[in-house]
Amino acid sequence: MLGGGAAERAGIVPGPGSGRASGGVHTVGLLVNPVAGLGGTVALKGSDGAEAQRRARALGAAPRAAERAALALAELRTRLPGVRVVTVAGDMGEDVLPGAAEVVCDRPLRTTAADTRRAAGALIEAGAGLLLFAGGDGTARDVLDALGGGFPAVGIPAGVKMHSAVYAVSPRAAGEVAAAYLSGAATAAPSEVMDRDGDDIVLYGLLSVPRVAERVQRGKVGSSLTGGDDLAGIAAEVDAGRRAGGVDVYGPGTTTHGVLRLLGVDAPPTGVTAVADGSCLAADADAAALLRLSTGRPARIVVSPIGGQGFLFGRGNQQITPALLRAVGRDGVVVVCGETKLAALGGRPLLVDTGDDALDRSLTGYLPIVTGRRRHVMYRVGER
Amino acid sequence: MTGEIAPKPPLRRYHAARWDEPLLFELSQPGQRGILPPALEPGLAADAADELPAALRRERPAALPELAQNAVLRHYLRLSQENLGADLNIDIGQGTCTMKYSPKVNDRLVAGHKLAALHPRQDDETAQGVLEILWRLERMLAEISGMDRVSLQPGAGSAAIWTNVAMIRAYHESRGEGHRDQVITTIFSHPSNAACAKTAGYEVITLYPDADGYPDLDALKAAVSDRTAALLITNPEDTGIFNPRIAEFVEAVHAVGGLACYDQANANGVLGITRARDAGFDLCHFNLHKTFSTPHACGGPAAGACGVSAELVPFLPRPTVEFDGERYFLDDDRPESVGKVRPFTGVAPNLVRAYSWIASLGAEGLREVAEIAVLNNNYLMTQMLKIRGISAPYAKGRRRIEQVRYSWEELAEETGVHSEDLGHRAADYGVHYWTSHHPYVVPEPATLEPTESYSKRDLDEYVAIMNAVAEEAYADPETVRTAPHRSSVHLNKEETLDDAGAWAVTWRAYRRKNAER
Ligand SMILES: Cc1ncc(COP(=O)(O)O)c(C=O)c1O
Repeated sequence: MLGGGAAERAGIVPGPGSGRASGGVHTVGLLVNPVAGLGGTVALKGSDGAEAQRRARALGAAPRAAERAALALAELRTRLPGVRVVTVAGDMGEDVLPGAAEVVCDRPLRTTAADTRRAAGALIEAGAGLLLFAGGDGTARDVLDALGGGFPAVGIPAGVKMHSAVYAVSPRAAGEVAAAYLSGAATAAPSEVMDRDGDDIVLYGLLSVPRVAERVQRGKVGSSLTGGDDLAGIAAEVDAGRRAGGVDVYGPGTTTHGVLRLLGVDAPPTGVTAVADGSCLAADADAAALLRLSTGRPARIVVSPIGGQGFLFGRGNQQITPALLRAVGRDGVVVVCGETKLAALGGRPLLVDTGDDALDRSLTGYLPIVTGRRRHVMYRVGER
Repeated sequence: MTGEIAPKPPLRRYHAARWDEPLLFELSQPGQRGILPPALEPGLAADAADELPAALRRERPAALPELAQNAVLRHYLRLSQENLGADLNIDIGQGTCTMKYSPKVNDRLVAGHKLAALHPRQDDETAQGVLEILWRLERMLAEISGMDRVSLQPGAGSAAIWTNVAMIRAYHESRGEGHRDQVITTIFSHPSNAACAKTAGYEVITLYPDADGYPDLDALKAAVSDRTAALLITNPEDTGIFNPRIAEFVEAVHAVGGLACYDQANANGVLGITRARDAGFDLCHFNLHKTFSTPHACGGPAAGACGVSAELVPFLPRPTVEFDGERYFLDDDRPESVGKVRPFTGVAPNLVRAYSWIASLGAEGLREVAEIAVLNNNYLMTQMLKIRGISAPYAKGRRRIEQVRYSWEELAEETGVHSEDLGHRAADYGVHYWTSHHPYVVPEPATLEPTESYSKRDLDEYVAIMNAVAEEAYADPETVRTAPHRSSVHLNKEETLDDAGAWAVTWRAYRRKNAER
């Protein structure tokens, strides 16, 4: 049974509201990745690394992060007059709106991931209640490294790659979301930080992002749980279908991670987890371990599609191999998904790319997706 | 001097009343009274409460607000000024709600003592008039839907859907098929369908639209089984797109032994054109407060009507109104009935209003209602689609029936202004505007439904307002985003709507929840 406090256990944290830092003033930390978005205008796939940045500049690219951060800040200041902004010197924040922010950290010589981490630490030290950062997936990963997922942050979309669910839908919306959180009108929930790795899309972890319906980016790739989604109902439905003595293999992601937490299993959201009779058999398990653990007893595979793209298998969860899928069978596949993420697919079918064509074909057709307790959506798994 | 009337600007310089009116309980002052009843005559019991059994007696008087008559009147008049009622604004912005004019003559009819003073426990013999109206209204609705019988008992659309689900359950149980535990619906059908099925204990399977916006027939075929109790579906759906394959949906459900139930709450686009029974449906319901013009009554008591085929007649709520050729009477002896879903025979004033409305129009008039509603909607759509940043997703280039779900996705991408913001700004011009049910399957949605009540001039005014608001979103997004500026209240905290710890529908709950905070 799932008792009260479900939201809390799913990692949803209230906004600070009246819990303001110093003397009733709301404080936001502003962090700009000055080279974010550099690659995009010249059709490079990203701006991570010195070589990509050099090439981008050589191709005539100009960064756009500062301009976008200025829009976000303007919106924040309209909605929350008197907000205190702490930031990093120079083009990592100070230059966005000169004179508008308190500089509490030097501009590092370079802007490496380590510099981002140091700067984020300084902003929190200076009393920030929320981190507002401008960048793309690379920046989000650095912020995740620095904050560890517990501290609230929201991204100003300024990068080339933005697969993560941590950005507002526009720079102004980022200001709006920050204002809503700082004033206590919004709570924060775990949201996926994802990045492309070759053809694969990898989940790096969960960042705590204020949830404001329709204002935080959805439908790209990463997801977060929004207000209307019934995570507790999904967890109860998954639990009710459990077979005694069976093993359940959970794919990565916010939804499955939320379900696991509600069922009392703490495992990293980035890996594949094997669970039996309510306890964790293996976290971050590899293909061989999963196959071994699920042989000789009833097994299910619980997965949630990758937001926006709709991949069920073959992206970000290759530990779930064709051999495992064949052993479990189509009937043992339990797809879980909040209604918001489903709506964001815009009617596009779910996809599978296991590397085994015959298996892929056998998975196509309609599958019931669990959206709540005794609630399903009949949804199509298409041919790629 | 000759007085000249200054020309009015093209858009109204509307401003809502803003009274900062406290709650009635906050206005209460000890000792204030609305009326002073005369003192008891000598010889009568000093306190009638003494006659009551102790268990029924309050220990302390109820904590009711104490106010003078004029204070109460002023309070409610002020609140009514801070409202945008159907009689005040061009109420076409609440798509799916089918806001139409409720003729005032019908209010006069039901305000008369003949109906207002009628008591539901009166002997049938003394209530022949109202029973005849109920009986005739039932026949009219049976004719409009093609169904065999109709119950007028439910107090609203959702109550009617609930009643239909209860009859579906009773039907299957009577045949020894109580194992059927699934109900199928679509994401663009009204959410009350899923909610009522869930409340009745059914597992709910929802179908999403295919690429053209139609409910996906293949998904239905994958969903049906011997566990299927029923399909609950709207047509046209919230998108305003009519499902031309509806008969195939019904067949697929019948093929596995399930029932097909048509949510015709809003039948405004199909009155006199299509009938539920002709498409094979076993049950349907109408919202009399939508299609048949009675007031919506802010969530009730309104009126819903359930129509059923002959096979389901035994399960209708009781009592039914019967006619033996001479007199009308109530039949309570219906052993298979699902029971009562509301006291007595339903909300009589609304039933009389609906009867009067239908009688005044006749069969041809009803069809004309649908035709004008559809014409109005397609004119409105043509004009709306000229506005920058808007689109009508799905079924490109095709006409819609009685409403359209638009999308401001393009405008939102270009300006950062969202559909809700446009709605808040529209309130500054004195009109209502609604987005969509959740989840937002159509991004940045807006749903408009003009019904037959509005003139071309009304529609043009609404379009002009939406055009001005959209243009403003491009030129001065700040003003739109921070709207409303000329309305009675600013913004509500929407987060609290989903927070059971925050909402309060009574003063007592309000105080309790706020003390706890
Ligand atoms: C199609 C449809 N069905 C059902 C309902 C529910 O009716 P009610 O609000 O009277 O409960 C509505 C009302 O919006 C509706 O539009």
